[in-house]
Amino acid sequence: MAGMTPNTNAAGIENQSSQRAFKSQLKKIYSWYTGGFLFFLVGLAILEQFGLPRAWIGYIFLAATVLLYAGIGVMSRTSDASEYYVAGRRVPALFNGMATGADWMSAASFIGMAGTLYLQGFNGLAFIMGWTGGYCLVALFLAPYLRKFGQFTIPDFLGERYGGNLPRSIGIFAAVLCSFTYVVAQIYGVGLITTRLTGVQFELGVFLGLAGILVCSLLGGMKAVTWTQVAQYIILIVAYLMPVIWLSIKHTGFPVPQLAYGSVLQKVTALEDKFIKDPKELEVRGIFKKKADDAVASLKDPAKAFEDGKAALAKSIDDAKTASNSVAVTSGEKALAAYPKTVDDAKRGWEKDKGLTSRAGPPLRHAEAFPAKDEKARDISRKNFLALIFCLMVGTAALPHILMRYYTTPSVKEARTSVTWSLFFIFLLYFTAPALAVLVKYDIYSSLVGTGFDKLPQWVQSWTKVDPSLLSIRDINGDNIVQLAEIAIGGDIVVLATPEIGGLPYVVSGLVAAGGLAAALSTADGLLLTIANALSHDLYYKMINPNAATSTRIAVSKALLLVVALCAAWVASQKPADILFLVSAAFSLAAAGFFPALVLGIFWKRTTGIAASLGMIAGLATTFYYMAITQPWLRGLFGVKSPIADNLWWDINPISAGLFGVPLGFLVIILVSLVTPTPSKAIQELVEHVRYPNLQGDTLNTTAR
Amino acid sequence: MQLSQKHHEYWSKNLRITAVLLFIWFIATFVVGYYAREINAAVPNFFGWPLAFFMCAFGSLVIYVLIIWYYATYMGKLDREYGVDEGDE
Repeated sequence: MAGMTPNTNAAGIENQSSQRAFKSQLKKIYSWYTGGFLFFLVGLAILEQFGLPRAWIGYIFLAATVLLYAGIGVMSRTSDASEYYVAGRRVPALFNGMATGADWMSAASFIGMAGTLYLQGFNGLAFIMGWTGGYCLVALFLAPYLRKFGQFTIPDFLGERYGGNLPRSIGIFAAVLCSFTYVVAQIYGVGLITTRLTGVQFELGVFLGLAGILVCSLLGGMKAVTWTQVAQYIILIVAYLMPVIWLSIKHTGFPVPQLAYGSVLQKVTALEDKFIKDPKELEVRGIFKKKADDAVASLKDPAKAFEDGKAALAKSIDDAKTASNSVAVTSGEKALAAYPKTVDDAKRGWEKDKGLTSRAGPPLRHAEAFPAKDEKARDISRKNFLALIFCLMVGTAALPHILMRYYTTPSVKEARTSVTWSLFFIFLLYFTAPALAVLVKYDIYSSLVGTGFDKLPQWVQSWTKVDPSLLSIRDINGDNIVQLAEIAIGGDIVVLATPEIGGLPYVVSGLVAAGGLAAALSTADGLLLTIANALSHDLYYKMINPNAATSTRIAVSKALLLVVALCAAWVASQKPADILFLVSAAFSLAAAGFFPALVLGIFWKRTTGIAASLGMIAGLATTFYYMAITQPWLRGLFGVKSPIADNLWWDINPISAGLFGVPLGFLVIILVSLVTPTPSKAIQELVEHVRYPNLQGDTLNTTAR
Repeated sequence: MQLSQKHHEYWSKNLRITAVLLFIWFIATFVVGYYAREINAAVPNFFGWPLAFFMCAFGSLVIYVLIIWYYATYMGKLDREYGVDEGDE
């Protein structure tokens, strides 16, 4: 078993050679797997040419991938504690990197990110930097030390290092809180994709996906999840890269989109300049502005505006009647019939029209950093950009389901290498997303804008039918030509429709959906396991029943897994409103809850248990309090009435609440530590133990089996 | 147990490399982010991209990978040099 000193005994040598054989076997298996997967794609593509219906392709993709994941789950079933919790600590760095990549990249990364970049331009790059740069913190501050510590969960570390049940309990609470909000979003994504892929109902889709998740994690715990995640990574990266490469060849003639999209970005910028001044575009934006202004005016005195509007319509009908203009009479009566029935209905309509201001502005300049109307607004935008990066980075380095993955490598050295591989595999997707956003933008700006409404491309017609919130195009100024301002686009379509925009066969669309499904399932697997382990290992075994037998512990974990999964699926099927906010909130909460206590616990021996507990509570409470007073949905929940603008600290958005929680957490831990007694000698030795990969004469062995 | 002088040296070397790499990380992230407008204005065409856009979408990410890779390599060597390694792989 890793964690001992393998070079000093015969068992160690045997261990090494078996590990080497294991690694080469893994390489062989996954090479065959990748080959088989590509073969499967080609086969489906050929069948499509011979007339296989689209619905069938969707079913085949769904069935094949979910069965594959379930199959790996069945093959990796286990009831050994170390296998169940940390995959036997023999996952080689490369494969742990792939598994972490899949664990990390959720439905939001796969489907949402390119869309965010499309809509927000430069400002969206905060997600790209934040969700990659965080791994520097993982590598430098946490992964190697946690591996040396070698227990099963993150609350484990807090419990051992800080002693007593309080730090462990706070750890459990924080782990469950941020993982649960996150897993709900994943299951929601699973439901959405299954619905798209096969046309089944959303609720059914949620539970179908859930079955796929459960077979895997229920049977084999971390072991099954790890090997499934490797398989899922391969599917998701192939699915993401293939359409982008195609689109890149179409627009630049060069098959490496990440290197080639600079020239496309210049063309996009030139088109933006044109659209900002174009008279037809100005006309459409003027119409939106007028509608919004009218709505604002009506909302000042809704009752009067309602009556006035009705009276004006009635008067126009009377006028038409006296002039015996029957056409005007019918159209007037139609308008009167469609007029809102009550003041409240009218008010709702005006509220909606008020939102049209967002479409009345000129198009965003994609490459411009912090675009805003004046210097002050630019400054606020920049502050929030940097704050968001900070929270996402620190949050990345504090999410338990990611940190847990570094317990599974055979050694400290492999844990370090494994972070490199993790970020490399994540990087492959993250540096492609900005390219994808720019390529799709260019396609829409250059070929969709300016076409006639009777000649809309096929993909536009099919997607506007699927979901108008994803794409809707209406001829606002009646010139029968598409203006940019007439296109309303939802972010998710950027990834989902790329294959069709690029004119690829339907198999690739199915592949993209399967990739999104793989991303959502793999993340959900890791998260569910984290929650179930925090409850079964930390709460049940370490705090309630320390004498529990291994088999009982694992049975409890599996039962909890089922319960948590069903709860999450139930919440997801309610379609909670602010799902995107919940995900981002998880980062700020994890950052404020875990990061200061974990880092100081390793780097500062003087850190005391009570200080760590207080620091974690202070960090979590501040972060949550700031969200509760500034985020519309939470304000509604807690009945906060004071205006948002008064509650903002330093103009920071609620999504970046961790900006206040993290420093406060550090401050509280340091100050309280200085006034409480130095930790015991045993604790100090534990800190020394985790700092050195192998300490001669060290009698401590914290590795859990 | 008592840590030797060598152990302390190892740990301070570890802290030093951690600090250096963290400083590079900070520059690549927050300094680039803070001066994004100025950098874009100064170098509006870096192989097609405005430079700050290129950094945030590509350059800084490469730096992150290199930081982690360098740390892993450096520490692997340091482990062996100070006899705290876990033996041959």
